[in-house]
Amino acid sequence: MNDYSDATTGYNFAYLDEQTKRMIRRGLLKAVAIPGYQVPFGGREMPMPYGWGTGGMQLTASVLGQDDVLKVIDQGADDTTNAVSIRAFFERVAGVTTTSATAEADVIQTRHRIPEQPLRQGQILVFQVPIPEPLRFIEPSEEETRLMHALEEYGVMHVKLYEDIARHGHIATTYAYPVKVDGRYVTDPSPIPKFDNPKLHMAEALMLFGAGREKRLYAIPPYTRVESLDFEDHPFEVQQWEEPCAICGARDTFLDEVITDDRGGRMFVCSDTDYCQSRREEVA
Amino acid sequence: MYVAVKGGEQAIANAHRWLADRRRGSRESAELEVAQVEGQLRLAVARVMAEASLYDPELAALAIKQASGDMVEAVFLLRAYRTTLPRLAETVPLDTAAMHIERRVSATYKDIPGGQVLGPTYDYTHRLLDFLQLAKGETPTPVEAEEMLATCPQILELLDDEGLLEREADDGSEPYDITRDPPDFPVDRATRLQMLARGDEGYLLALGYSTQRGYGRNHPFAGEIRLGRVAVEIEVEECEVPMCIGEIEISECQMINQFGGSREVAPQFTRGYGLAFGHNERKTMAMALVDRALRAEELGETPTGPAQQAEFVLAHADSVESAGFVSHLKLPHYVDFQSELELLRRLRREHAARRLQPDEQPTTAPEEQQA
Repeated sequence: MNDYSDATTGYNFAYLDEQTKRMIRRGLLKAVAIPGYQVPFGGREMPMPYGWGTGGMQLTASVLGQDDVLKVIDQGADDTTNAVSIRAFFERVAGVTTTSATAEADVIQTRHRIPEQPLRQGQILVFQVPIPEPLRFIEPSEEETRLMHALEEYGVMHVKLYEDIARHGHIATTYAYPVKVDGRYVTDPSPIPKFDNPKLHMAEALMLFGAGREKRLYAIPPYTRVESLDFEDHPFEVQQWEEPCAICGARDTFLDEVITDDRGGRMFVCSDTDYCQSRREEVA
Repeated sequence: MYVAVKGGEQAIANAHRWLADRRRGSRESAELEVAQVEGQLRLAVARVMAEASLYDPELAALAIKQASGDMVEAVFLLRAYRTTLPRLAETVPLDTAAMHIERRVSATYKDIPGGQVLGPTYDYTHRLLDFLQLAKGETPTPVEAEEMLATCPQILELLDDEGLLEREADDGSEPYDITRDPPDFPVDRATRLQMLARGDEGYLLALGYSTQRGYGRNHPFAGEIRLGRVAVEIEVEECEVPMCIGEIEISECQMINQFGGSREVAPQFTRGYGLAFGHNERKTMAMALVDRALRAEELGETPTGPAQQAEFVLAHADSVESAGFVSHLKLPHYVDFQSELELLRRLRREHAARRLQPDEQPTTAPEEQQA
């Protein structure tokens, strides 16, 4: 007879056992030492599905301290269901304080966005990554892509971007836009909109990337050069909107389109809910 | 007026309550007991244990109940529990030749030492719905043999003696643990077998089937399929012989496949191997077909079918991984979608402009230059 009466309690701080956390932190040290390089790690099953942020959660669990304040966002928002779920998970298994204020957080786990407010030194931004390999959709084999990284053989990526231009007149990659980290590794910045790519360059915060299903982690340490791939005659550019945020009036943020009726009515609002709210409070 | 989407927490809590209610079903019928699942849905239990890589019939039954019978969800529940368990010891390799046989068939010989034993099988049942079970008829007790079956030799060992079959020996190397270390392609056969053993049954079945239909054919014969209980033993420091810590039920399939050979090596039959917890015959047969298919390169065959491509087969075999990543499409993708919308609208504007002025070059659209 199994005794699982204590099944909902009795987990280690932040769920993972200390050995596993140590293994992940060793991987993270290597990742920081080789910016943009994908470090294989012994990813564990988490009690959430693969693809829902298990990589990010394992990294967060490994770097989180008892006094840290945690913020979790999905699509820039603190109140999307999966962000709520991940935040509740860490409240339950780590008992840490959580916040939605970007400036107050020590660790921010994110999916698909970088907060609008610039991060400061000492903060850690943890990205959830679905497919860590930027070359995957050009070359499906892991054996091959590893070799391409080792030989710095990135011509195919430029060919792909060039084909976009030939076909559409533009580089048709709008999110997960590939970057070159510290002049060496072509890296997937996770599916953030390319709008956020410039925030990766010489950022003050430590940026960690975790792909649970693919069992890879990588890092962009503070003050690292991060260039978005482009061409001299087709320089990298970010999205722009014709109108400001309908709530806070910001003109320099990433806007979500909200459909307001079934007759084509729509409005644009900040995807970063915390930034939008703090701006509104300033105005008020 | 736009209202920010708040209240995710309450929505999640309510959804879980509703789910629990649905799981319970009509209160007019008795609640399903875990012991009933364990005792009466044993093949479901076996599948969940195999794909979760955890031999625990009771917890597997609990997972099936908790998942409302969704097998992939049940596998996930048990897998997530497994990952929290400490490693206490490593067993010595199971000796399947010493199995207490419940079922054992060979398609290669009519009569075999130890005999063919049909055991509790759905083979040869007529697939007619048994309406008696709707009417709660009594099930007769089975006929029992006077004495236990002696352990039976492995059929493939008989061929081995003649040198007709390739030899397989333990090279003593430390096995790779796929639950602790990330896959590092290309992976060796022992690692492949681990990945196949927890692979999704339906997926392996389809791939195995594809080899039979010509996508990487490997001419299989079911050399032997056996099902029964084997002893699990560990080495303890103070003891000279390994100690038995219990028995588990497993299924094993050894396929005999068409021969290879070269100028140096005489032609020999080759093998495909399948093993799974519990009564999991279909899974082990499919696994053996796929194992053999994945040996194509090693045996000097030119890969022609998907089942022979190791990275493709292995990277997509795990139901917990594949179900997770497919289901993540349900998560919000507002930001990525917005990015695509913005680009698509721009491309369409430019397309329309070009149609009005056919001479204009597509790459010199004015709005793009200033961006």
